Amino acid sequence: MEESVKPGLRIREGDCVVLKRDEVFKAVLVLRRRKVIFEKQWFYLDNAIGRVYGTTFEVSSGGNLQPKEKMEETTTETKEAGTDNRNIVDDGKSQKLTHDDIKALKDKGIKGQEIVQQLIENSTTFRGKTEFAQDKYIKKKKKKYEAVITIVKPSTRILSTMYYAREPGKINHLRYDTLAQMLTLGNIRAGNKMIVMETCAGLVLGAIMERMGGYGSVIQMYPGGGPVRAATSCFGFPESFFNTLYEFPLSKVDSLVSGTFSSETLPSEPEYNVPVEEESNGSLDEKQTLTQETEEESSTEAVMESNETEEQETMDLVAEDTEYKETKEKGNKENIREKQRKQQERRRKLVETAALLEQKNADGLIVASRFHPTPLLLSLLEFVAPSRPFVVYCQYKEPLLECYTKLREKGGVINLKLSETWLRNYQVLPDRSHPKLTMSGGGGYLLSGITVTAEKVQSNASSLEAQKIEEPTSKKRKLQELHC
Amino acid sequence: MSFVEYGDTIKDGDTAIVFLGHESMFPVKVQHGSKTQTKYGVIRHSTDLIGKRYGSKVTCSKGGWVFILHPTPELWTMNLPHRTQILYSTDISLITMMLELKPGSIVCESGTGSGSLSHAIIRTVAPTGHLYTVEFHQQRAEKAKEEFQEHKVEHLVTVKNQDVCKNGFGVSNVADAVFLDIPSPWEAIGHAKSALKIEGGRICSFSPCIEQVQRTCLAMEEHGFTEMNTLEILLRVYNVRTISLQIPDLGKAQGTAQFKSGVPLKEMVGHTGYLTFATKSLF
Repeated sequence: MEESVKPGLRIREGDCVVLKRDEVFKAVLVLRRRKVIFEKQWFYLDNAIGRVYGTTFEVSSGGNLQPKEKMEETTTETKEAGTDNRNIVDDGKSQKLTHDDIKALKDKGIKGQEIVQQLIENSTTFRGKTEFAQDKYIKKKKKKYEAVITIVKPSTRILSTMYYAREPGKINHLRYDTLAQMLTLGNIRAGNKMIVMETCAGLVLGAIMERMGGYGSVIQMYPGGGPVRAATSCFGFPESFFNTLYEFPLSKVDSLVSGTFSSETLPSEPEYNVPVEEESNGSLDEKQTLTQETEEESSTEAVMESNETEEQETMDLVAEDTEYKETKEKGNKENIREKQRKQQERRRKLVETAALLEQKNADGLIVASRFHPTPLLLSLLEFVAPSRPFVVYCQYKEPLLECYTKLREKGGVINLKLSETWLRNYQVLPDRSHPKLTMSGGGGYLLSGITVTAEKVQSNASSLEAQKIEEPTSKKRKLQELHC
Repeated sequence: MSFVEYGDTIKDGDTAIVFLGHESMFPVKVQHGSKTQTKYGVIRHSTDLIGKRYGSKVTCSKGGWVFILHPTPELWTMNLPHRTQILYSTDISLITMMLELKPGSIVCESGTGSGSLSHAIIRTVAPTGHLYTVEFHQQRAEKAKEEFQEHKVEHLVTVKNQDVCKNGFGVSNVADAVFLDIPSPWEAIGHAKSALKIEGGRICSFSPCIEQVQRTCLAMEEHGFTEMNTLEILLRVYNVRTISLQIPDLGKAQGTAQFKSGVPLKEMVGHTGYLTFATKSLF
């Protein structure tokens, strides 16, 4: 059955894959003889090459991956169990195996399943637990000792969940369901001409590109020297997808709008596809810098946020290593010629992108950045055709309140809506179904709307509309004012 | 225009959305010679609509105005004629992402209902994907077929009038994703599994009641689905208001303090349904 699988579904060297263990994800590049660390385990990915995506592996003692066969679940024989916990005393002494005993078992190479069995047999309280408690105990031990890793193909679903769990600071705390709303509200689909402005490591860009399937075009606006597309490269898009991906510096937007654009001054040397030094996210503890791969892995979110090696931790990319060696090896003269050629090409592309923007017929605008959204929206909406959706994400509500107000004043937009989504996970088990214990406190806010043909004068229309919305409250305000 | 592609100008035969103001809009079938009544007066299709740019303002006979918008699945969801309870964009967004839908995806859906989710799926899988949608109610199946034709997307969808629990989706091993919104989804899990590709795919079941969810999860487990995950998503909307609060007279200062606030609506949707996602994989 495995043999009949299409080649595109097999893991290849050079692929960006996502390692999965229970609910924990990590994106890595598949390279031979390259040690990878994930969930406190070290291993090589060599044995994964050629395997089908979705294969589950165990880490063998040599640090190699061993595909795991689907185990037959231990049949539910009527085991001995108690009825409640009134007599179960937690004195910390119920497990007879010591820390060293367990270590010895592990060192002997005993399989996880066997260790769990040993733990059960050596627990004095196990028999007295209720069936549910026994179930929970076994699940917990399995999670700890039966370490299985699944290798999955990256997708928006997986990458957005991963980033939100591991590095929310990199994506302005954009929760994956909020991203899902943006993609739908923005009517992202094949054939669109999209304008995107994001500082979410390229995750939002990648999600948009996935939904466009290589059809249509995307113009990414970027601050500073160049766009960050670290997450975008994780998706594994074919090269052709990038033929219709353009970029344009924000610093030139004003000149485009006023008609004074010139390609003479390019922003300082961009370094595409290389983890660039990212500017602070606005919050004080997030200064990220380029570093070599480190040995450490931190699993708690708090530590991760302040960890300077974030980029390497999640990505394990070696792009900057190879590029660095390449530039050293080239001779100086060739180097200069190469640089000139690249600059010409960049200039050409810049002019081409400016022309695309100047057509003012984009099919939509998506903004998700660390910058204040108002100035971005007010200028970038100029390039969008009428009757097209736009969506702005902001980690905080207040800037969107201001944005809403300014957009109302400007006119040319309707159906403005400020919203957020609440997401709740459930545990579903027979007689034990309930929402899970923890819930995300916030996933950011969205402001969405639809463009219409712009009004030159603040007409009857927009104030009429404003009145329509505000009718109920204005009555209340009148009463308040009377009292003053 | 098309539900899967943008057009610039309004044409005869288009489905356009007439926007009257906040939360007030309706769809209209554009036809030469037709007239549409609104509270602001009459809109004459031949002179006021056809040839005009989408997004234009149209003044009606009584002097009031409206905007004519290009249809999108989201606008359609807010304005379609209900034959059943429908799924709204909040749930649709999450479903689309969690099922990993994209251009080229093959999707199986049941029940079609009023076609709200169907339109959204068609938009996402176009131009190379396909939706196989099953509806056991004959009239609803026919109405859905009609609408898909009117909206010029019939080449992307196949409607089957049958009972998915008894006869499945009518296709085997072709789907990347399956969606179930039926009273007894656990009875269709086996059919869903065979509709999905051999190498695997994603499944989603939407049920309003937790008991249905429990049965469905059990069925999924029995059929070897993995990565099971049940969640619910709720939308919270805020109105942007400038609020003036009076400063109390404590003897000295007086007046009002003004500030901008995002005020939640008086009521919000508290529950639509539980979404259970799972993966079919080779392993």
